Amino acid sequence: MIQMQTIENTEQEIVEEFAEFEDLFDKFGYLIDLGKNLKTLDESLKTDNCMIKGCQAHVWLYSELKDGKIIFQADANADYAKGLVAMMIRVLSGHTPDEIINAPLNFIEKIGFKSMLSMKRAGGLESMIKQMKLDAMVYKAKSSNTFLTQ
Amino acid sequence: MTLTKNIEEVVLFDVHEIRKDFPILSREVNDKPLIYFDNGATTQKPRQVIDAIVKYYTMQNANIHRGVHRMSQDATDEYENARITVQKHIGAKHENEIIFTRGTTDSINLVATAFGKKYVNVGDEIIVSEMEHHSNILPWQQLCEEKNAVLKVIPITDSGELRMDEYKKLLSEKTKLIAITHVSNTLGTVNPVKEMIAIAHSKSIPVLVDGAQSIPHLKVDVQDLDADFYCFSGHKVYAPTGVGILYGKEEWLKKLPNYQVGGGTIKTVSFNKSEYAESPLRFEAGTPNIEGAIGLAVALDYINALGLKNIAAYEDELLEYATEKLSALDNLQIIGTAKEKASVISFVVEGIHPLDIGILLDAQGVAIRTGHHCTQPIMAHYQIQGTIRASFSFYNTKEEIDIFANAIVKSIKRINQK
Repeated sequence: MIQMQTIENTEQEIVEEFAEFEDLFDKFGYLIDLGKNLKTLDESLKTDNCMIKGCQAHVWLYSELKDGKIIFQADANADYAKGLVAMMIRVLSGHTPDEIINAPLNFIEKIGFKSMLSMKRAGGLESMIKQMKLDAMVYKAKSSNTFLTQ
Repeated sequence: MTLTKNIEEVVLFDVHEIRKDFPILSREVNDKPLIYFDNGATTQKPRQVIDAIVKYYTMQNANIHRGVHRMSQDATDEYENARITVQKHIGAKHENEIIFTRGTTDSINLVATAFGKKYVNVGDEIIVSEMEHHSNILPWQQLCEEKNAVLKVIPITDSGELRMDEYKKLLSEKTKLIAITHVSNTLGTVNPVKEMIAIAHSKSIPVLVDGAQSIPHLKVDVQDLDADFYCFSGHKVYAPTGVGILYGKEEWLKKLPNYQVGGGTIKTVSFNKSEYAESPLRFEAGTPNIEGAIGLAVALDYINALGLKNIAAYEDELLEYATEKLSALDNLQIIGTAKEKASVISFVVEGIHPLDIGILLDAQGVAIRTGHHCTQPIMAHYQIQGTIRASFSFYNTKEEIDIFANAIVKSIKRINQK
């Protein structure tokens, strides 16, 4: 069985990939490539329920729990937003709710994308991370059976 | 496109000298020299304005209108002189027709609330246009919802001009007010507001003009236009943020009920009955943005020294140059091709989300705006998600437009790279 990478390992991998580019233009270009390479989310899963509405770009984030691990899939209407969500999927998908909830995710700052966290209106990273962590909390609550019995 | 002003009128307009007045223009962004093409959102401030604010807080800070001490009197004089500067700048008849607000949005809200309270009732109609900024839609929409009134919309053509035939048809005895933008922040269209006001007045309907985008580019004379209300923001005309103007004809301001009340708006207060001041103080509750007003006057002096004719002619030249450059690029479509335009150019690139171009331009030091620009009905008209918008000021150059055009090409290439 292949051992799943830790969140930190994947973060480090991404930091190193971006470190190869000195210029911000090339970093953004690479981010756009990551977006283009993201496996497209099935149209039937792109519902309003899983839509993260930004002022400019919209992201569809779909999650499901398989064998105690969350699998994320996503799509977006701008390659830049798709790149951001692709990066987050690479880091978080396939991990347990607890691992996702507790992930500090400080790789974003290391890449030099800290400003993207606050790009709320542009459909930035912050809302994606919030939604992914929220999904993890819901799965955790469901599996510990404290959520649905209310 | 026809130029709104004659280029031959340009005299001694040295953009490189002018740029020296704007310290921020020499900074770098993302390790590249800044190219600031987001002037429709806000303009940069000349040293003269920055100095005036520093001077105010270094030497003059005091509250106005009530103080007996010297500094308070001086600050009051500066503030009231600023009002006169604004009055002269827009050709108002009386200084008491000039109300300091927080900005265009605040000015529109003031009129929508006060005018609406007294003059709008069930079944009445307010007219706006399809090209309005959200700030000139929402206050009226909210008013109509509150009063069970109806919001009517003047449609636009595909070139981004108002359908004047439809405008005329919309006017009726139910129409209480028309709120229309002078210049579209997204399309750049200069609307024929003088003609529209004359048509409205022939039916005794008052008109509010949103001048947020016109004041930086055009010479505006409210008496010549015969506007009933005219609104604009300081920060879009080289002044600080948080200050704006509502011009209202004296006869209207006398009739409007109070908006916000509080310190500064009164003559006497008692628990039985309070007596209010006259305009403009009746509409300026609380301590105003004193340094903003002073900064606005300095900014208006600054552009008047350059000459509004010179500014308009030079900006038209920039617009024409940029339109030519951008039109030559493959798969690029300009949105908004009205005959009369201010220096705003919106475009889309086939198959590419505006945001993707926007971040790659930012990485190259070019500050533009992407998205719906607070004009979602325009986006709905063209059935697009958003545009990329470059808006030019008199401190921009053709060299910057060359770099911009190359940066667009480089961005498109990178996005389409396999």
